[in-house]
Amino acid sequence: MNPKISMTEKNGRLDNVSALRKMWEIRIFEEMIQQLFDEGELHGTMHLCIGQEATAVGGAGILDQSDWIVSTHRNHGHCIAKGTDIRAMFAEMLGKKTGTNEGKGGSMHIADLDVGNLGSNGIVGAGFPIAAGAALSAQMQGSNQVVLCYAGDGATNEGSFHEALNLASIWQLPVIYFIENNQYGMSSSIEHMVNIDLLSERGKSYGIEGITIDGNDLDEVAQTVAKAVEKARNGGGPTLIEALTYRHKGHSKSDKLMYRSEAECRQWQKYNDPIVRLETKLIQQDQMTPEDIRLLEGSIRNEFSSLVASVKQDEEPTSNDLWTHVYAEENK
Amino acid sequence: MRTITYLQAVNEALDEALAQDERVFLLGEDIGIYGGGFGATQGLQEKYGAQRVRDTPISESAIAGAAVGAAMTGMRPIMELQFSDFITVAMDQLVNQAAKIHYMYGGKANVPLVMRTAAGSGTGAGAQHSQSLENWMAHIPGLKVVQPSNAYDAKGLLHAAIKDNNPVMFYEHKLLYKTSGAVPEKAYDLPLGVADIKLTGSDITIIATGIMVDKALQAAAIVKKKGISVEVVDPRTLVPLDEQTLIQSVAKTKRVIVATEAVKNSGFSAELTAVIAESDLAIKLAAPIIRLGGEFVPMPAQKSLEAQATPQVDSLVQAIEQSMSYKEDQA
Ligand SMILES: Cc1ncc(C[n+]2csc(CCOP(=O)(O)OP(=O)(O)O)c2C)c(N)n1
Repeated sequence: MNPKISMTEKNGRLDNVSALRKMWEIRIFEEMIQQLFDEGELHGTMHLCIGQEATAVGGAGILDQSDWIVSTHRNHGHCIAKGTDIRAMFAEMLGKKTGTNEGKGGSMHIADLDVGNLGSNGIVGAGFPIAAGAALSAQMQGSNQVVLCYAGDGATNEGSFHEALNLASIWQLPVIYFIENNQYGMSSSIEHMVNIDLLSERGKSYGIEGITIDGNDLDEVAQTVAKAVEKARNGGGPTLIEALTYRHKGHSKSDKLMYRSEAECRQWQKYNDPIVRLETKLIQQDQMTPEDIRLLEGSIRNEFSSLVASVKQDEEPTSNDLWTHVYAEENK
Repeated sequence: MRTITYLQAVNEALDEALAQDERVFLLGEDIGIYGGGFGATQGLQEKYGAQRVRDTPISESAIAGAAVGAAMTGMRPIMELQFSDFITVAMDQLVNQAAKIHYMYGGKANVPLVMRTAAGSGTGAGAQHSQSLENWMAHIPGLKVVQPSNAYDAKGLLHAAIKDNNPVMFYEHKLLYKTSGAVPEKAYDLPLGVADIKLTGSDITIIATGIMVDKALQAAAIVKKKGISVEVVDPRTLVPLDEQTLIQSVAKTKRVIVATEAVKNSGFSAELTAVIAESDLAIKLAAPIIRLGGEFVPMPAQKSLEAQATPQVDSLVQAIEQSMSYKEDQA
């Protein structure tokens, strides 16, 4: 399955109907994960990206399959948008041998190298230099691949961000640093954690173009990323994109949401939901009717419900699996 | 005495230390309104203000380095790392700076900081959020390393760590946070470097650290029914290490099991074993020393694999039986 959401060549506009489908897949995946957790079916943690579907689909979703993404702990949307097998993602989270990582990784480490998903990360900020390395590899191999590195706003305060951006800049690496500024790192409002207005300003000190965009507008995300990709492919080096968005749910399972007001949440959830915004556009443009959308949503829900039911029957890893993969096999 | 959880005991010690000593302050990610990664700092920012309970950016190197600088210049910082795995990001400041400054400066400066962190497996959080890396720190001269196994020890040891003039690495186990025990209401210190006999017995000694203490006590209860009397010794602090208490116990029982959750290979259990093996006791033991530790694998997220990766109560019971199967004159 090629995950790429195509752009019509003339005006660079997205195939918004497929994009909407992907966005709904992400949201419904997350809702079902939440439900599985509430039902006690999930051992481990999860970081839901509900409200951030446009940054996933407008970013990872428009890359070529051979391009790489580097993801974070809030990874499910990125993984789905890049074409990671959704059944295998459910299986990973349910601890099955059929999971993307054979059950060993869990939510935070979902990877699928076959579709260009270089993996998610439990260490905030760890992806920045890894992405630089993947881009270096592409540059040295002349492969024409680009790397899209996702990170949260909070992650830009790790030293690794600054070290990696500098490196990417001096070597003009084909990498796009994509900051999903969802306003908070756990409970910490980014406003209190940096003393600048726009995170994209940080690019300047490393000689990297920085852009701040509306991260809940799918078209704007996709067009910005597409331009940065083209620049990177043509040897123009890295770009820093800051996309303004919001996470609807808590940071993780233990968040009591004491640090933000209900009014603020409502504002984003109700009036600035990326899915609602895209749907409104599609309806206005007569590309879809509300009925079409309801059918689409319903069919994904049904499809995922049967996926989960079947994943639950999958085998779990056995004791022997504890010992596999500690070291890679030697060349024969 | 009233009963409180391990988490409350940590919180109470921090509260009392903030009240007692103006120089004490806390810094870390989300330690304010969120109450810290696991809730240990709940309510403290409300009580002492955002100056003394400081939320930091996600910058572990800066957190540790700022703690070092503040500690050298008259403050008593207590830093929180949400998960002990993130110590890797703070490593230079703790290992190359905090640990060595007093010595390198010929005793001219002190670094009285406490690094508190949640360690261990059992929550399915995967390989980057479940490690027990305390032995790394125990390998570094200049750092003290504390690993409380119950609520009472957590409170008293934390007070002592805060008063200590050296950098102290304080490892709290995530699965212990919800366990309860009798804890005095007033502040008290438990000296660093004093082991505790958690259960007195005569047939075999289990030297256990952190969460393995609880598992050793459970195993002891099981084998008691078969007439085996187990002594459980908890070093409580890895550095300084109370070798005397360990040796005295094994001198009495002549059989010993060493148990840590941390990966066994090159782990602190090797150090504990060496204490016995290098003493006179080595030639008087009734059975070979048995060492139990985590398997040599990154911690898997999947539930049953995760449980298999660390010693559980039944592995302790088996080890006890194995040790007891040696008759004294065989040795
Ligand atoms: C090195 C490191 N420090 C701290 C954490 C704990 N932690 C996990 S996610 C997170 C917040 C990250 O915020 P941000 O980068 O803005 O991403 P978001 O969660 O908002 O998507 C924190 C503090 C971690 N996993 N790794």
